[in-house]
Amino acid sequence: MVEGMKKKLGWRQLAPGDLLGPATSLDFETGDWRTQRPIWDGEKCKNCLFCWIYCPDSAIMVKGKKMVGIDYRYCKGCGICAAECRFEAIEMKNEKGGGND
Amino acid sequence: MSERRIGKTANEAFAEAMRQINPDVVAAYPITPATEIVQIFSQFVADGKVDTEFVPVESEHSAMSAVIGASLAGARAMTATSSQGLALMWEVLNIASGLRLPIIMPMVNRSLSAPINIHCDHSDSMGARDTGWIQIFSESVQESYDNLLQAVRIAEEMFLPVMVTTDGFILSHCLELIESLSDKEVKEFIGKYQPKNFLLDIEHPITIGALDLQDYYFEHKRQEAEAMIKSKEVILKVGEEFGEKFGRNYRFFEDYKISDSEVAIVVMGSTAGTAKTVVDQLREEGIKAGLLKLRVFRPFPAKELKEVLKNVKAIAILDRSDSFNAVSGPLFSEIRNVLYDLEERPKIVDYIYGLGGRDIGLKEIRGIYQELEEIKKTNKIKTLVQYLGVRE
Repeated sequence: MVEGMKKKLGWRQLAPGDLLGPATSLDFETGDWRTQRPIWDGEKCKNCLFCWIYCPDSAIMVKGKKMVGIDYRYCKGCGICAAECRFEAIEMKNEKGGGND
Repeated sequence: MSERRIGKTANEAFAEAMRQINPDVVAAYPITPATEIVQIFSQFVADGKVDTEFVPVESEHSAMSAVIGASLAGARAMTATSSQGLALMWEVLNIASGLRLPIIMPMVNRSLSAPINIHCDHSDSMGARDTGWIQIFSESVQESYDNLLQAVRIAEEMFLPVMVTTDGFILSHCLELIESLSDKEVKEFIGKYQPKNFLLDIEHPITIGALDLQDYYFEHKRQEAEAMIKSKEVILKVGEEFGEKFGRNYRFFEDYKISDSEVAIVVMGSTAGTAKTVVDQLREEGIKAGLLKLRVFRPFPAKELKEVLKNVKAIAILDRSDSFNAVSGPLFSEIRNVLYDLEERPKIVDYIYGLGGRDIGLKEIRGIYQELEEIKKTNKIKTLVQYLGVRE
């Protein structure tokens, strides 16, 4: 969490204008917006990384040019990765009861 | 006579001031009667007389958006507009003030469509009165020039945008002998712009304009309100310094023979000049007439106005726009509000006048003072709000 989110600052303490430090979205975990969860199957995955290109939240985790999983801290469950996957390696399941992490 | 005494229209004077200010970026779109300002300025750019990056955009919305972008990047940025152009900017005007950007803008007062009309009234400025911009009105070409130079200092000290208005055609196209400052004097007076936080400062990366919801939006707006309150001191300080250096003093308003006056008019813009002549005539006839010319409309100098107007018996507000609120014009609402706290309030009436450039002369203004004299004697108001000179 950013400093201001822990203890809410008063107007006298804020920088003038709508101004923040860089990369504050890292502290804003949007994963709890999710109603559907992408489930990745490493067996079917060919590491084409289409999901990585298309993911609007940079939630596809890649190491050494290989897909290693989905970052559920930020994944909003939009399903674009599952729709773009040519190898049916990503499946959307309902968030409650369908998850595997 | 100083060698710097030159004949200029308000548009030419604005353009000349902009040349001397030498902003980093100017983005603009032409609109009558403000077109000349950026037309002349673009010639300065083409002739290499300024270092400005000139961006000819496709609309006023884009003009304001471009100067916002430039200002965020750390540039001293300006544009100019009028009427429909200002109306089209409205959405982005609020972004300029909300992001605390010291953008400076000459604004030529012109009526709003419909019906279409290119002549002076204050409807356009009044439409932007709650956008968080400082608004300074000018009586003459000289004041338009002086106000624009002061606007640079005010904007950059407060990190608030400032618009300086002049009356369309009446001043924008009317030649007046003005005393201009030398380039060196302007350069020294306005100083170098020092942005605090800006996007091109790569050593200190920032996020600007992030989503600001229930938990912080209100605090940011409170800050903006505070900046407007604080700007009052800065406006006075800059006006005083300008006076000391160049001999022309500026405050929130000019009170003309008002200290002992029994009847007074409050007005903004060029009509103040006509009204002063009437005040002089009436004074010769033994009538204690006075005039208050309001220069700074935003921030509204409530406390100071109350002090000056409290002993006047009868006051007429001249509103060059209508609020269409089924009550009165906007200036009347604000001045009447100021007087509410007084134990003994002056009688106050409103004249909505000059819409669409309808001329107002000595005769009309004299008639207003006559009516004020009548109100003073009888202590009764016949009509609270009148549309001056409108045919029935």
